[in-house]
Amino acid sequence: MGFSRRQFIKSVGSSVACAAVFAIIPKRAFAKWSDKAFMSESLAGAIAAKYGNMPVENSTEIKIKSPEIAENGAYVPVTISANIPGASNITIFSESNAAPLIASFDVMPKMGPDISLRLRMAKTGNLVVLVQANGKLYKASKEVKVTIGGCGG
Amino acid sequence: MKVKAVAQNNVVLVKVLIQHVMETGRRKDETGKIVPGHFITELSAKHKGETVFQAELGPGVSKDPYLAFQFTGGNVGETVSVSWVDNKGGSEKVDSLISAA
Repeated sequence: MGFSRRQFIKSVGSSVACAAVFAIIPKRAFAKWSDKAFMSESLAGAIAAKYGNMPVENSTEIKIKSPEIAENGAYVPVTISANIPGASNITIFSESNAAPLIASFDVMPKMGPDISLRLRMAKTGNLVVLVQANGKLYKASKEVKVTIGGCGG
Repeated sequence: MKVKAVAQNNVVLVKVLIQHVMETGRRKDETGKIVPGHFITELSAKHKGETVFQAELGPGVSKDPYLAFQFTGGNVGETVSVSWVDNKGGSEKVDSLISAA
């Protein structure tokens, strides 16, 4: 019985502290990347982590161009276009993905309104685009039917 | 990474195609072990020292990512430089001349 309860707690405690330190180091590698929002496993959680608690309003000024039916969820071509004055950030989510946040764009002064990319969709669900402008979030969504899921699960 | 920049009516359309595994960190290999995540986290484009495009990406972006965007104020013969970093410290930068449409 050379290992007392106190020693046990001490050693476990220090290894927990080590794990905590290691958990912090990789995050410092990307100074700015919104890790909490990207790793969040629900749409609401991802939005809260990215934007906090801002009022959301539906907008017809955000256009989402995507196929109605995506045969392969691994490559869904999407073009988003936002025509909202004062916009500072545009983020696209796929509601049905394990991690809904796909990509987020800071609006630069000379940037044009259209952004195209190819993204993964796990299964049929809504694409959601949020645009942050003047302390508010503007929202548009569009359903895409997915024949074969693209997240390899 | 391939970058194609084309100017038309003072607007430059930039198309970017990157070779990258974009491993999600959720996929299992044949033995049932989870393949560690390996994906691009940030991509940006600069023209004459000014950032014209700034994106945060995650595992939801497809393998071998394709991105297209535009910016104003660029002319034929000028340079656009596109760069990205991934979550494992990998990075790439390509300077591309703007061509005529």
